[in-house]
Amino acid sequence: MYQDKSPRGDSPISIIGAGIAGAWQALLFAQAGRDVTLHERSDATMTLSTSHWAGGMLAPWCEAEASEPVISRLGLRALDLWRRELPETPFNGSLVLAHPRDRADYERFARLTSGHQRLDARGVAALEPSLAGRFREGLFFAAEGHVEPRRVLPKLHEKIIAAGGAIRFDSDVRADELDGVVIDCRGLAARDGERELRGVKGELILVETSEISLSRPVRLMHPRWPLYVIPREDHLFMLGATSIEAEDTGVSVRSALELLGAAYAVHPAFAEARIVEFGSGLRPAFPDNLPRITIDAEERIHVNGLYRHGFLIAPALAELTLNYVARGQIDNEVMRCA
Amino acid sequence: MLTFYDKTFSSRLLIGSALYPSPAIMQGAIRASGAQIVTVSLRREAAGGKTGDAFWKLIRELDVTVLPNTAGCRSVRDAVTTAKLARELFGTSWIKLEVIADNDTLQPDVVGLIEAATILINDGFEVFPYCTEDLSVAMRLVEAGCKVVMPWAAPIGSARGIINRDSLKLLRDRLPDVTLVVDAGLGAPSHAAEAMELGYDAVLLNTAIAKAADPVAMAGAFRQGVEAGRTAYEAGLMEARDFASPSTPVIGTPFWHAVS
Repeated sequence: MYQDKSPRGDSPISIIGAGIAGAWQALLFAQAGRDVTLHERSDATMTLSTSHWAGGMLAPWCEAEASEPVISRLGLRALDLWRRELPETPFNGSLVLAHPRDRADYERFARLTSGHQRLDARGVAALEPSLAGRFREGLFFAAEGHVEPRRVLPKLHEKIIAAGGAIRFDSDVRADELDGVVIDCRGLAARDGERELRGVKGELILVETSEISLSRPVRLMHPRWPLYVIPREDHLFMLGATSIEAEDTGVSVRSALELLGAAYAVHPAFAEARIVEFGSGLRPAFPDNLPRITIDAEERIHVNGLYRHGFLIAPALAELTLNYVARGQIDNEVMRCA
Repeated sequence: MLTFYDKTFSSRLLIGSALYPSPAIMQGAIRASGAQIVTVSLRREAAGGKTGDAFWKLIRELDVTVLPNTAGCRSVRDAVTTAKLARELFGTSWIKLEVIADNDTLQPDVVGLIEAATILINDGFEVFPYCTEDLSVAMRLVEAGCKVVMPWAAPIGSARGIINRDSLKLLRDRLPDVTLVVDAGLGAPSHAAEAMELGYDAVLLNTAIAKAADPVAMAGAFRQGVEAGRTAYEAGLMEARDFASPSTPVIGTPFWHAVS
């Protein structure tokens, strides 16, 4: 599995992109005692980053329904790293529910995933009292968690600084301007060099209501997309996300109808919720929708193609990069050398 | 050979491009299916009907004939507009025409379908209408100028297989010169084989392949099902009988075999 490459001693580490991929890279390198600078073209609000629009699901078992085993492998390792670095991360599991008409999709989902237990109506009500009497059954993935991207990114940035790293916002640098080890985590902005990269649009809606409370993300079966109702702090719920082969921005009326319809199907009280925000992000994806760590001819490292799985796998990818830079270890499943 | 509006094809399986776990798996499945015609949806997803260039590039790489469809259109006007958009975008006069009556069953609106087909044919389109198995509807579509008719086996995505075999057989018998494609509702390669055994010219599939645990392997299984069914049709299937008919002479059979 591993081959030796010459480690690059103590050269400084420059990371471009402070989204979820770059933030975890910076954190692990800074903790390893390296001289880390994280460059971000956006300001500290990170509104230009795909991560700003992410759901933040840490759901490796649910994701197994439509992704390759490597996503589960990285995801499971990443759960340990999330727990280690941010012990307050909620791991209340996730709950999968279906409208009676989507029963066939529900059974298919149960067949293609593991790590769940089947709940009856009482089981669903015991987990989520708000949903009592609404669903006859559900799948409970007890070990899954979720983070709130807009809160957790600043926390990661703080930890990077606490570990001795530097962050430069509004710093639109190019890889060839930087010395030392360069780790390019720009996502879709790295398209100039990664011609296979494409954007997959994800739309989400933020609503606010105090009539319902959920302790964990609820995933509702949908014929095309994994739709979640994710509880956030301050009575907010994120509804998302679509997955569309397009690179425009904004939210279509059709997507809005489907996302709001999903929330309404979970609980009719969502009809009374206040819409706080509509938004969309473009996920960077390679044709196989799998992540890649590419080491180019100039020995620069490119971490990209995290697709829908950024928050789920970023910590594990950072660990792989660190192992490569510090010890020359190559992960044959994820890494490619020029 | 299979003919669609004067173009000939050797593969009798048409495949859709939606719902795959990734574009790479979509490409693998389309290659494994041997399909030469791929349907692509214009609406349904992106606002303004603009799917990403990167995704189109992956479809073009396959070197297949693209059959755009009007999936998700609920009215004649919507379907006609979408067809015109598709003609500009893909540079083809082919259009798979869907006018949907009901959101739950995705049942074709056959009245709107005939109207839209007439408008589009007069505008120079070559129409592939998605319809029910009703003979009168199929006849009206042919009268309107459709050289291809695509009845459903069962509702889209239902995987139930052929639920009205007699009507589908009647369509084949009564429309011997029309290219007939079973579109929608097939769930297993045996369903595809059954449609081909009935003498259908081709089948069109999407969900049963895209949503399989291994779409690439399932595409290969459907390819074989289609080939088996077509070969059986050409070979001439024996008629079903009411009683057993021995395939070897019974005269001279020892009595202990005859009474078993």
